[in-house]
Order: sequence, then structure tokens, then C-alpha cells
Amino acid sequence: MLFYSFFKTQVGQQVTVELKNDLAIQGVLESVDQFLNIKLKEIKVVDSERYPHMMAVKNCFIRGSVVRYVQLSPQSVDTALLQDAARREAQSTQQP
Amino acid sequence: MAETTSSSVIMEPLDLVRLRLDEEVYLKLRGDRELCGRLHAYDQHLNMVLGNVQETITIVDVSEEGQGQSIHTVNRNVPMLFVRGDGVILVSSPPRTA
Repeated sequence: MLFYSFFKTQVGQQVTVELKNDLAIQGVLESVDQFLNIKLKEIKVVDSERYPHMMAVKNCFIRGSVVRYVQLSPQSVDTALLQDAARREAQSTQQP
Repeated sequence: MAETTSSSVIMEPLDLVRLRLDEEVYLKLRGDRELCGRLHAYDQHLNMVLGNVQETITIVDVSEEGQGQSIHTVNRNVPMLFVRGDGVILVSSPPRTA
């Protein structure tokens, strides 16, 4: 649940979601769920000349499994907090 | 099987990833991609957040049959990146280039 919580802190931020089919969508993170499905609003396709499919689309829902990367703004990320949370999560998911 | 006393030193593979938190890591991904960056977070799926990342994509140009193939790489820098774990093949430390 670590990254679910992490993405909840990123709601409202501009992000760029790069999909496994190489499409990259820039938008404002509206919501996320436990599967890391993503809803973006005010979207703009990066390199829209190559991918005109979404000219008229303002909001979208992206299935988590098709995401390759999410580019984030570094100022919005508290790296120390993240590292601490990762250490704690690692302990709680490792059971003998 | 004889029972050994439980020890906190026993390491699972994910413990090796935990050792590299806040260190530079090298990731090999599906799709002939490699990433180098500072590991800020990971989970059991190998989802990760990396900082100061360089992505290297390796592309093979296949010319017409009989002619040689050429390989070139494309680099990209991203200041902060979430990587979905299902694309990760391996996690290691960055190659030393003196």
C-alpha cells in the first residue's frame, strides 16, 4: 500500500504518465486506487502530432497495469519520508 | 530438516534492495531499457521511485537483409520517476566508470 499512499499525496500535482505503448500523457492527478489505476484531468498528450487520438479528451482513466512510468515533480516529493516508509513497508511485508 | 534459530541477518533478495535505499541503483527493464538513479522507495512488486534518473533505451537499426545492423542508444534525464514493478528485470549497483 506504500505507493497507493504516496500517490494520494500527489493528487493535484502535474504528472506525466508514460504508458507501455509509449504514449505519454501529461495532466493533473485527480485520483488513484489500490491497483494504482490513475485518473488524470486537463490532459495533454506529449508529442500530440504523433498521437492525435486524444485531441478532444480532457480527462481520462488509466489502468494501472499499462503504466510504465510516472514522471513527478521533485519538489513535491519528500524523499526522506519515502525512504523511511519503504524501510517500514519492507519489514511489514517480509514474514518468515 | 533441522530448525535453525531465527536470525535477523538472514537475507531475502528484497533485503538486498533495502540496503540500497538512498543509494544509486541500476535497473534493467523490459523493452531494452536501463535506468540509473537514486532509490527513494520500493515495494515487494519492485515498484520504485527513483530520483535524478538517466534512462537509456537501446535501439537496433535493422537495415535490409545482408547489410549490417547498427546499435544506438537514446538517453533521457528525469528528475523524479515512479517505475512500475512489472517492467523491472533486475536491480543492481551502477557500473563503475572511472
